Amino acid sequence: MNWEAIVTTLKLATATATILAVIGLPISYWVAFSKWRWKFLVEAIVALPLVLPPTVLGFYVLVAMGPRSPFGHWYESIRGHGLPFTLEGLVIASTFYSLPFAVQPVAAAFRSIDRRMIEASWTLGVSSWGTFFRVIVPQARAGLVAGFVLSFAHTVGEFGVVLMVGGNIPGVTRTISIHVFDQVQSMDYASAGITSLALLVFSFLILSLVYSLTPRRDRIL
Amino acid sequence: MLNADITKTYKSGVQVKASLHLPPGPSVTVLFGASGAGKTTLLRCIAGLEQLTAGKIVFSGEIWADAAKRRHVSTQKRPIGFLFQDYALFPHLSVRGNIGFGIRHLSHDVRIEHIRRTAANLQIEDLLDRQPNELSGGQQQRVALARVLVREPELLLLDEPLSALDGVAREHVRSELARLLRRLQIPAIIVTHDWVDALSLGDRLHVMSRGLVLEEGTPQEVFARPRHAEVASAVGMENLLVGHLRERNADVVKLQVGTAELYAAVPEGDHTAYFVCIRGENVTLETGHAGRSSARNNLRGRVKEISPTGSLMKVVVDVGFDIVALVTHQALTDMQLSPGVEISVVFKAAAVHLIPRTV
Repeated sequence: MNWEAIVTTLKLATATATILAVIGLPISYWVAFSKWRWKFLVEAIVALPLVLPPTVLGFYVLVAMGPRSPFGHWYESIRGHGLPFTLEGLVIASTFYSLPFAVQPVAAAFRSIDRRMIEASWTLGVSSWGTFFRVIVPQARAGLVAGFVLSFAHTVGEFGVVLMVGGNIPGVTRTISIHVFDQVQSMDYASAGITSLALLVFSFLILSLVYSLTPRRDRIL
Repeated sequence: MLNADITKTYKSGVQVKASLHLPPGPSVTVLFGASGAGKTTLLRCIAGLEQLTAGKIVFSGEIWADAAKRRHVSTQKRPIGFLFQDYALFPHLSVRGNIGFGIRHLSHDVRIEHIRRTAANLQIEDLLDRQPNELSGGQQQRVALARVLVREPELLLLDEPLSALDGVAREHVRSELARLLRRLQIPAIIVTHDWVDALSLGDRLHVMSRGLVLEEGTPQEVFARPRHAEVASAVGMENLLVGHLRERNADVVKLQVGTAELYAAVPEGDHTAYFVCIRGENVTLETGHAGRSSARNNLRGRVKEISPTGSLMKVVVDVGFDIVALVTHQALTDMQLSPGVEISVVFKAAAVHLIPRTV
């Protein structure tokens, strides 16, 4: 087993899932409760990574982070190096790529909360913030766990975006899925088999956990 | 106390427009009407859960909402207690957690004492450690009331407080609620579509239909003498028939209803067609041949149908038109009534209420 690749993968997935848990929450809330008539456009943008080829998403992220883009230029000026082919760059790309997996289960859980629970909280003098943390979040717990676990697992399994944005630098951007690709390329089928099996078991366990936590009616997958 | 002139127009064009004036003191006002009449909208506007399209709500001199000045005091800042139709208890909290939910600003000790006292007041001390899904409907209602009362509201708003219950439980909880409201001495507005609820809980009654208040008065006044045919049917007047004037005497009129004739007290005005309203409770059934006088209607007919309604039995008798009598189970057994049996239907002329038929 290539522990270096595993550590890189875990670092990437943990950072991505954590960032998504923070920025995914307000997005999920907005998607679940906004009555804006053009909301479906935002929903479509959030869901884009589900259907877009990872190479296409990777390409756009790469261009957006490149030294010729204002963002890439600004980042380089404060950090001294560019984003492409670094773990930070990979985290940013993964955040976009796994966004639907963080938002959709949480938004579904928010939507399934009885509107009257929220209003009951207001009539008991509790502010909108208080209601969010004391009524909405506790009742959406399963969705929040599912969102975190799925975005983590999805990041572990990504390949195309990593290759486009991160390349294949051992110890920096070589994740476990890239590693399997390498092993197959060098005809090392035995090692590729072991790594693949480990990933397969991991993914199965994760999905089992998510399904055991999510009530049937709230499932999105 | 409360002065509310409310207009709420929805995008769909549905409009609720009503004025509500609660006198000072702990009176219970009932908003009564069929579903879709706008009662709940009115209640939600008072609670601040809906914004007014036009109008103004003033409570104890304080402006809660003023559409013209775009003023809207948030729900959180109105000293109300709102009881939701199916109680809306928080499923992730225990009974204790539910009751203490709205008093988190108090110190721990004070909070515990408030919860204990309110629970004792509503006799739910032994339920404090239960989860909401372990409670019966009546218990859920008491917990929801405790959750509201622990905040010492100045106005109670109850949305269909009994509709989640049925049968015996409903009657029991209804009388309990009536006693509690008397004891609390807090002004309350209750929304219901059940005239028994209205009659047993309300001091004042507002009958609503299609977004408007049609009639108001004491429940007894309105139910015994509805001024609109629509109200008569909304209040669940069992017999609402069409009658044509045949004779007008000094103290009674004779009307043709179906193929039968009946007497009624002289109505106002000189119409020739009337809606004839007779409450089912005012119709008695007799097995013998009772005498007939102008003050007393006595019609012979055959029992068509017998069915239960609430705690009473509804008996439909064909006397030339179908008339409904509400009788007790006991009366039914005593008279050995069954479909096809011939019987006398008796009701006073004064029990017949006439509403002029203008269409």
